[in-house]
Amino acid sequence: MDIVSLLQLIVSSSLVYAAPLIFTALGGTFSERSGVVNIGLEGIMVMGAFMSAIFNLSFYSTFGAMTPWLGLLAGGVIGILFSLIHAVATINLRADHIVSGTVINLAAPALAVFLTRAIYGAAQTGPLARSFGFSDIFLLEKIPVIGPIFFQNTSGPAYLGILVAIIAWVVLFKTRFGLRLRSVGEHPHAAETLGINVYLMKYSGVMISGFLGGIGGAIQAQAIHNEFGILTVAGQGFIAMAAMIFGKWNPLGAMGAAIFFGFAQSLARIGNYIPIIQDIPGVWLQVLPYLLTIIILVGVVGRSTAPKDLGNTFIRSK
Amino acid sequence: MAQTERVIEMKGITKRFGEFKANDNINLNVEKGEIHALLGENGAGKSTLMNILSGLLEPTSGEIYVNGKKAKIDSPEKANQLGIGMVHQHFMLVDKFTVAENIMLGKEKHNYGFMDDEGAEKDVKDLSDRYGLTVDPSARIEDISVGMQQRAEILKTLFRGADILIFDEPTGVLTPQEIDELMDIMKKLTDEGKSIILITHKLDEIKKVADRCTVIRRGQSIDTVNVKNTSQQELADMMVGRSVSFKVDKIASVPQGPVLEIKNLTVKESRGLEAVKNIDLEVKAGEVLGIAGIDGNGQSELIQAITGLTKAESGTIKLDGKDITGEKPREVTETGLGHIPEDRHRHGLVLPMKLEENMTLQQYYQKPFSKNGLLNHGKIKEFAKKLIEEFDVRTQSEESTAASLSGGNQQKAIIAREISRNPALLIAAQPTRGLDVGAIEYIHKRLIEQRDNGKAVLLMSYELDEVMNVSDRIAVMYDGKIVAIVRADETSENELGLLMAGVSLEKAKKELAGKDIKAGTAGAAGAAGNAENDGKERATVANDETE
Ligand SMILES: Nc1ncnc2c1ncn2[C@@H]1O[C@H](COP(=O)(O)OP(=O)(O)OP(=O)(O)O)[C@@H](O)[C@H]1O
Ligand SMILES: [Mg+2]
Repeated sequence: MDIVSLLQLIVSSSLVYAAPLIFTALGGTFSERSGVVNIGLEGIMVMGAFMSAIFNLSFYSTFGAMTPWLGLLAGGVIGILFSLIHAVATINLRADHIVSGTVINLAAPALAVFLTRAIYGAAQTGPLARSFGFSDIFLLEKIPVIGPIFFQNTSGPAYLGILVAIIAWVVLFKTRFGLRLRSVGEHPHAAETLGINVYLMKYSGVMISGFLGGIGGAIQAQAIHNEFGILTVAGQGFIAMAAMIFGKWNPLGAMGAAIFFGFAQSLARIGNYIPIIQDIPGVWLQVLPYLLTIIILVGVVGRSTAPKDLGNTFIRSK
Repeated sequence: MAQTERVIEMKGITKRFGEFKANDNINLNVEKGEIHALLGENGAGKSTLMNILSGLLEPTSGEIYVNGKKAKIDSPEKANQLGIGMVHQHFMLVDKFTVAENIMLGKEKHNYGFMDDEGAEKDVKDLSDRYGLTVDPSARIEDISVGMQQRAEILKTLFRGADILIFDEPTGVLTPQEIDELMDIMKKLTDEGKSIILITHKLDEIKKVADRCTVIRRGQSIDTVNVKNTSQQELADMMVGRSVSFKVDKIASVPQGPVLEIKNLTVKESRGLEAVKNIDLEVKAGEVLGIAGIDGNGQSELIQAITGLTKAESGTIKLDGKDITGEKPREVTETGLGHIPEDRHRHGLVLPMKLEENMTLQQYYQKPFSKNGLLNHGKIKEFAKKLIEEFDVRTQSEESTAASLSGGNQQKAIIAREISRNPALLIAAQPTRGLDVGAIEYIHKRLIEQRDNGKAVLLMSYELDEVMNVSDRIAVMYDGKIVAIVRADETSENELGLLMAGVSLEKAKKELAGKDIKAGTAGAAGAAGNAENDGKERATVANDETE
């Protein structure tokens, strides 16, 4: 393989694996910036993946090539619905965030597999009607050298994710909504005295995380596994949360970390083509992303700065 | 006298927390353009009353009139609309946001939802210039001094068009110079026609700026008086309901052998700068040694090193003959140390836990509070009840959370816990911060009692009065060093002021002998002023640590 093809392979497969992580990590960022820990993202991804698979199989005949993209919306919507459970539990009922998130993580796969069985008579949906496949990015593909490496035959959803990350950064740090959302995650009582609706802000944060997490799951099903089954998501939600922390609760940081994790995951697939790591046993490369996640969580969490009021229940004084 | 206008009238306000009445039929009226002081013991219900006025709490019964119109203040926003703004006892600021963002939050300057940072900063600048409240609009809260944080809080209320400003114990966290500035600001605000409600425990502040004063005792309004015609003694007696003595009664001390011996101690603060520089210090059994100095001259770091909360860089610390350098806090505590910490929320209490649990925090693992690894709740409760009674901690019960106590009563709970263990050395850092005069009198008495029982007491305070009244000897700290040790009965406020500003003892003596007392005071104040600026920067650093 020549060097350009090799680089193209590395970049595109990294991006394919990064795409679900980018969306979900961005979702986590919104939720945590509003002060709500959302480890339920794993379960939300499962629901997103499940919903998009059903949508994909059911509506391919209607929407054709657009189906996977519309499947993202289907995943996002179910993600919002599921995140509402988390919002009600943590914001109104004052449940512990971790406990509520764990409930979602336990319930979602069970429910999704149960429904899959009910609908398709098996634990998996079987191959989807249309997956994302690889696409060229409009115009950018034409740039010499850079074009072939980065923008040809690559992951469309990943580039959408990068765009969303930039938008998320602008929303969080440059808009009134973002300022209010962050204030609620830092000092909800101060926000309350200034007439900010703390509950509304927290709901917004959690629902945005549900939407983006659902999309993350939908990408996982439609771009990587090309089906839905119990193993479709398998820990990606947790890796996305690690990316969010590694990225210091900043959308651009989370995106960068997600791409890094995507790269780590892709090594197991493409390691054989890369000269230096060719001889490392495949098992090691498969374990690598999880190992990195643990190392990063242990090494970085202590030092990076989470929102100050993260994980606490806000109780209005009265 | 011109016709006065009532801006606030609170009638028969009652607020219950469960069975407990924090406010019991309180009446308060505030006139336009006045500074109205609220005076009352710790837990009397002042903060509760003001939280009702600012929409954070709903009264159980009672009526509020604002500018003559009946008002239902059911949210802070509503209070804003009525022109009421509050500067809270614990600041309501987002540390990571800039000053401008904090001020604008909720009423942001924006274009189609996008923040207009430059416009916001300019508006804040204009507002701060107009009232002489100097702030740096683009600085982050976590990077600025406590005084500037407070100015940001004030601007926040002014920006919302507040005409009635409530200050809840605003001076507790300020340096003397900052307090003077605040007093000027308050006067200026009332000159502009604003009205101010001021909660403070410091009677001299009331005398200095307030026009009228309403006294609250155990949830009831006792009286409203004209400050001009009322002496500090009268105010104090009215508030406590008995006669209070400001002077500390004590007999001459009989110091014995050393309890605390510090040699060549050097301590670094979090940024790696030396905060304590090669200090030698000795505290003897049967004496109170006071540490005087302007905030940020190494006092906090010195205490943290003795208590084991930070590691000493070099040098040795001996307690009761045992080398405790580098030992863990529990070892040090068991060797015979009691510690009333400067930051009560961070080092003193576990706020969400019950009062009884907090009161046995140092001893819960020992008999009789625990046996074979199991807690004996009966004994814990009994012990807590005894301390609550003895130290007059005002609480609903020993099972209330520490968080539900008023600020002053939290402090009393810590003091009760530490004194009750009867330690060989008691370190009291700012022990009376936020306490009412009655409680201060009591705490001072207990400190002296410790001394008379042959224990050693190390008292650190920024209040010269306190240091001079309670201590036998006074060590003055400046720039991380002990610049002088003087006898409390042989020194004067002026001399201490000069020493605290870094003037050497001989020079200070010469200066005070040479000039008449008036001139000396001016010199000391000027010098202390400079040192304060100098100290303030370091104080900010220390604050970062505590946040
Ligand atoms: N949320 C609450 N729940 C139960 N009791 C409370 C609550 N808030 C205050 N209290 C009680 O009400 C009483 C009055 O408290 P408040 O904070 O108003 O006192 P304060 O006059 O401001 O005292 P300090 O000078 O010490 O600040 C105290 O006994 C306190 O324990
Ligand atoms: Mg109070």
